[in-house]
Amino acid sequence: MTSIFDATGRNQAVTVIELGPCVVTQVKTTDTDGYEALQLAFGDMREKSASQPLRGHFAAAGTSPKRKVAEFRDFAIDKAIGDTIRVEEVFEEGEKISAVGTSKGKGFQGVVKRHGFGGVGQRTHGQHNRGRAPGSVGASSYPSKVFKGMRMAGQTGNQRVKTGNLRVVRILPEQNVILIKGAVPGHKGSFVILEK
Amino acid sequence: MDLISYVQEQTALGKTHPSFRPGDNIVVSYRIVEGDKVRIQDFRGDVIQIKGTGATRTFTVRKMSNGVGVERIIPFSSPNIDEIKVLKRGKVRRAKLFYLRDLVGKKARIKERKFIKA
Repeated sequence: MTSIFDATGRNQAVTVIELGPCVVTQVKTTDTDGYEALQLAFGDMREKSASQPLRGHFAAAGTSPKRKVAEFRDFAIDKAIGDTIRVEEVFEEGEKISAVGTSKGKGFQGVVKRHGFGGVGQRTHGQHNRGRAPGSVGASSYPSKVFKGMRMAGQTGNQRVKTGNLRVVRILPEQNVILIKGAVPGHKGSFVILEK
Repeated sequence: MDLISYVQEQTALGKTHPSFRPGDNIVVSYRIVEGDKVRIQDFRGDVIQIKGTGATRTFTVRKMSNGVGVERIIPFSSPNIDEIKVLKRGKVRRAKLFYLRDLVGKKARIKERKFIKA
């Protein structure tokens, strides 16, 4: 992330994303697959790190093997297999978009961090080691069980997250760069999918 | 070159300001937009810190206004800076002059650097 000044002189935080050029590796149609979609690939991979089936799949599209493949349903632009898609063809400045990525992994976390529980809130009055405990998880003989979906401690982060309401601040097509106001899910250098 | 420095280079204004250090006394002429009128306001004070790199580098100016300390953090790359003038070079021994916040009156003065290497 960095920050740039807009036309009115206000400083705003932006995320720098390298977007494409993506290669169309498969075109799915209603006749063959039951739905309309484009499969796009991005990020070069060494030829020898690709498995034999993957090499064949990318060779069919006439490109080198790619690291990331994603499918986009009902893509607005008509493209054939092997075509490339660039930033400026899809997005324009000022547009509202959403970003899908894998959030930063935070490991096994308690309920205070994971679900925003308040904790006990005081250290005296009978407390000594219960400050961040979840408290009661249910009643007694009825229902005699803990309900499904009860919020408890567990793995936090490292899951698919979609952030909406992001604005395209600027597009720099020479380096395939798009600037988005605010933050997107995931760590530095990770892959994100941008949707309209 | 990584993409973040590329973006900073593309969005840079290309304006250069006179160089100054923490401890210097400067005047920042700041552009203020009120409706459709633009007005220039001077802010005079001591530079108490410079931090950051590249396009996100900022400096902090502190002044006493009617007995109340006022600080402004200004990005070097801000398009709202009309002009920066250096009035005095200060002689200080640290890079961050936060100790000035606890001092008032004569103790809060900064000695002037009279002999400056060209």
